[in-house]
Amino acid sequence: MGESAYIPAASAVPEATVSPKVGARHSALVRVTHWITTFCFFALLVSGIELVISHPRFYWGETGNVLTPTLFKIPIPSSRALVPTGYGYVLPDQNGWSRALHFQAAWVLVLTGLLYTISLLFTGHLRKDLLPSKVDFSWRALSRTISDHMRFKRPSEAEAWSYNLLQRLTYLFVIFVLVPLEIWTGLAMSLAFVSAFPATVTLLGGQQSARTIHFFVSVFLVLFLLVHVLMIFVAGFWGRMRAMITGRAGTNMERT
Amino acid sequence: MRDVSRRKLITGGLVAGAGVLGLGAAARIAQKYGLVPPDSGGIYGPGETLTYAAQRLLTKHSLAREFSPSQISKRPVPNEMAPLNDAYKRLQAGGFADWRLSVNGMVDRPAAFSLAQLKSYPVRSQITQLACEEGWSYIAEWIGVPLSHVLNLVGVQQQARYVVYFSIEPDWWESIDMADALHPQTFLAYGLNGEELPVGNGGPLRLRLPRQVGYKSVKFITAMTVTDSLKGFGKGLGSAAPESGYAWYAGI
Repeated sequence: MGESAYIPAASAVPEATVSPKVGARHSALVRVTHWITTFCFFALLVSGIELVISHPRFYWGETGNVLTPTLFKIPIPSSRALVPTGYGYVLPDQNGWSRALHFQAAWVLVLTGLLYTISLLFTGHLRKDLLPSKVDFSWRALSRTISDHMRFKRPSEAEAWSYNLLQRLTYLFVIFVLVPLEIWTGLAMSLAFVSAFPATVTLLGGQQSARTIHFFVSVFLVLFLLVHVLMIFVAGFWGRMRAMITGRAGTNMERT
Repeated sequence: MRDVSRRKLITGGLVAGAGVLGLGAAARIAQKYGLVPPDSGGIYGPGETLTYAAQRLLTKHSLAREFSPSQISKRPVPNEMAPLNDAYKRLQAGGFADWRLSVNGMVDRPAAFSLAQLKSYPVRSQITQLACEEGWSYIAEWIGVPLSHVLNLVGVQQQARYVVYFSIEPDWWESIDMADALHPQTFLAYGLNGEELPVGNGGPLRLRLPRQVGYKSVKFITAMTVTDSLKGFGKGLGSAAPESGYAWYAGI
């Protein structure tokens, strides 16, 4: 199928096979930004875990340290002798590269996210694929989709071409709530940034509150990732992977 | 189809070319306006440069948040540190009477200041947060003299771009640009919460830089050099931090 496009006679092949309406599940821009985001997400996750290891204690308010009570502690060893973990050893310090990687990946993710968000407005991706349409959006439809998901039902053929209601709501929540909140709480921890924009941290209740919220949002983002990957397996891993890499939907292609 | 791919190829090529030219121009402009950090080489250079340039443009004159006396942490954390060396212990035994801060380099009148001299200058205080890169923090009242006051006394020369400062502890030195050096909240701090600055918090003299994380606020400082280039210091990355993998600029 893919090879025929490179044969000179390919122009004789009906347009249907290459027209975006039928052939492409994901546009090139969505595919490229998706994989850049995936790459950045893992960089941020690995470096973020390393940063937590250097101080696996969380607080609420402006300040918090080993001499103050915690909101909660993560019962893991630390890379700092300063932290009383109860473990008899200290892990090696990884914060240098972790901080550098975290901030560099954040820059790439923010710039990629901006490109994607701006493109949402111009390509119709937001209206066509993300906003629940009027017909779609009813509690009945929502509960049906949820129960389909709970029973790991394979998506119908129509769903191979677009996102279902639950998917739409989840993606909207990730794109417009979780990721912006993660960026905001990240910046609210920057001493220099909040010197220019103090409200970004005072609105959250303080720098340690920002750090704690940042942690919880990252937990939600990881949960999203796990469900997202699980659903890809339910829907058919190779078909969905091919769709996100080549742009062509898997299920129908096998029949044409 | 061929035309389409050719057009795509040409457009793509033009965009890529413009991108490379744009980046080149951006790099030259950034260099000219002092927006490139000394540790901009290496795989994390782009990120370090973007952060430093963005924060320098946004925060050049902004003031670190100050807090009310009621928000001061009950116990300012004395950070873990290596045992202090003999030179320090000798000065400590003498009550720090012989402690000197030498200031040299691109200045008109190089000088060495005793603690008594520094304390004779206008006393300033700030209730600010010390945040460590690890994630913990505390709020304290820092007492001292603004670094800009001392720099004015020695007369910083026109071409100066950075101030490099050294701890009495070997291999512990940092540097900041002139925007931070002349910033009103950058202190030579000798007091904490109304007392002498404790040894555990960097006493008798610590540089206090409230808009960057803790490791830039070097403890036990004895020397300072004003310069227009960081190439000749250590490995030329700006400070000791980048030599062990940490960023030179630590506003985040």
